Amino acid sequence: MTSSTLAQRRPTDGRRASRFASTLIVVVILALLVVFFVLPVIWLLLAPTKTAGELISQFPLSFGSFDQVGAAWQHLTAFQDGVIFVWLKNSAIYSAGSLVLTLATSVPAGYALALTRFRGRKSLLTITLVVMIMPSAALVLPTFLELNLFGLIGTVWSIILPFSFYPFGVYLVYIYFSTSLPRDLLSAARIDGCNEWQVFWSIALPLAKPVVGLIAFFSFVNNWNNFFLPYLVLPNSDQFPIQVGLNQLLSSTPSFNPVAGKGLNITSPELALAIIIAILPVLILFLFSQRALVSGMLAGATKE
Amino acid sequence: MTTLEADRLATTIGIKPSRRRGVPRRRPGRAGLTGYLFVSGYTLFLIAFGIVPTGYAIYLAFTNDRGQFTGLGQFIKVVQDYRFAPAFFNIFVYLVMWLVLVIVVTVVVAVILRARMRPGLAAAFRFVYYIPGALAGVASVLVWLFMLDPAVSPASGLLRAMGLESFAAVLAPANLPVILVLIAFWTGAGGWIVVMYGALNNIPDEVLEAARMDGAGPWKAAWHIQIPMIRKWIVYMAILAFAAGTQLFVEPQLLQTASLGRVSSTWSPNQLAYVYAFQYGDFNGAAAISLFLLALGLIVAAILVSRSGLFKVDDE
Repeated sequence: MTSSTLAQRRPTDGRRASRFASTLIVVVILALLVVFFVLPVIWLLLAPTKTAGELISQFPLSFGSFDQVGAAWQHLTAFQDGVIFVWLKNSAIYSAGSLVLTLATSVPAGYALALTRFRGRKSLLTITLVVMIMPSAALVLPTFLELNLFGLIGTVWSIILPFSFYPFGVYLVYIYFSTSLPRDLLSAARIDGCNEWQVFWSIALPLAKPVVGLIAFFSFVNNWNNFFLPYLVLPNSDQFPIQVGLNQLLSSTPSFNPVAGKGLNITSPELALAIIIAILPVLILFLFSQRALVSGMLAGATKE
Repeated sequence: MTTLEADRLATTIGIKPSRRRGVPRRRPGRAGLTGYLFVSGYTLFLIAFGIVPTGYAIYLAFTNDRGQFTGLGQFIKVVQDYRFAPAFFNIFVYLVMWLVLVIVVTVVVAVILRARMRPGLAAAFRFVYYIPGALAGVASVLVWLFMLDPAVSPASGLLRAMGLESFAAVLAPANLPVILVLIAFWTGAGGWIVVMYGALNNIPDEVLEAARMDGAGPWKAAWHIQIPMIRKWIVYMAILAFAAGTQLFVEPQLLQTASLGRVSSTWSPNQLAYVYAFQYGDFNGAAAISLFLLALGLIVAAILVSRSGLFKVDDE
């Protein structure tokens, strides 16, 4: 037995030196990555506590003051009369609306693909897989034209409807039901006189909670962070989701846009605060679903 | 999280499926109708936002603005555009760096975390690496604009040591692929480390035990046993990372804004398509560029999928 998990606990003398070297490499790699991943987050959280000047003059990871956070907050909320709240509200409406539609369509579809037989089932499954691996941004322009054709540009539906199409969710549900739901259970329910809808609603759905939660998470996070489509289809600032709003804030920040930024109070600390506010809902979701995610992300690709 | 817990969770969510054969035969009429009802909503979305846009893009790419058939005219026009080749070359350079980095690092880190750590500690590491994933999209680019500005960056020492004294110097067009890789890695790698770790966790302990008996050290076991066994996952990651990479839009767009226009506004093919569509009103040309991207993504995915047997649509 050489160095291994077991051997780590009972090291043999001869291997000490090489084991030490290899442990050192491991520690260095992991530590460097921790710094790389965490340092920007810490910097971001500290940035609103300082003024734009202090950000430059002081140590990057120093703490300023809470007063400055308040000042940054006031400048930020004063930007176009508190438009940031409108952006947040829009993001919430777009993400929640399409989340509901995604769940309402993808869960029954995945269930039917896995557990019922109908003509065209296999083609539907294949098309779903193809669309899943298609680079979706390539379809954004034609989707824009299609929405334009139906006069939906600039409406809530121009965001919610395209966001609701989520083949990955259908695939997850399909995998879940086809691998881990005992079919005998469903047959038993049918023999007991449940109709197909009752079988789905009272037997299959309660058992599918983990995968439903997973789709809800991914769909919400994706929609919250989506930029390209809203950027194209929404002309007015008061319709922007927060991501597109951040883009507008960036173009109003003097350090990144000296011309447009003049006369505004949006500087680096305000921008940092806006970023924190924008990601807060997703960050909270991350913290709460951490355990489920660790196992859940896997379900997407296992097919045994 | 302990291994046991992870295993349990994995089972709940359907990782270790016991494939049940022998579908009870239903009366085809009723079950068929139910099936159609259940997939109807999704099918509408699939048609509206999957099939129709694809078809529309194909139609546009082969016609002109008066709807006349132009054969390959649009494709030839965009290929001859002086910005076309650089845009595709840019994402090619970016993709090579990004794929190599993300595959090597996530697999190595997952192997280390799996072999060298107590599960609780490994879970803590995975979570820390995963946090930046919450800042995907615009937020990540904005954070990195600060990280790359020597005036405010906590890594300014490093930047200066590399001879990058000002924000303008960092945002030189030649540095763009590296910057974009950094951003993509920062937000995306953590999630993939989690996936790879989970995949390694699914390998039965007996397999590794056997390898140990045969005298394989941890690195050898990783190279000859663990990595081949999670090959499907690596392919899956490669496909998604590739697809995401071809679609770059928001990142270079924001960097263009922040660089005060020194970075080209048609750095990536998607940006070029955007310029065609919204600056020239040439949706046919834009569709042709989109089709190039689509074809590229599908071809690469098809090669990887067929080589690895991933996503087998199994039936009875």
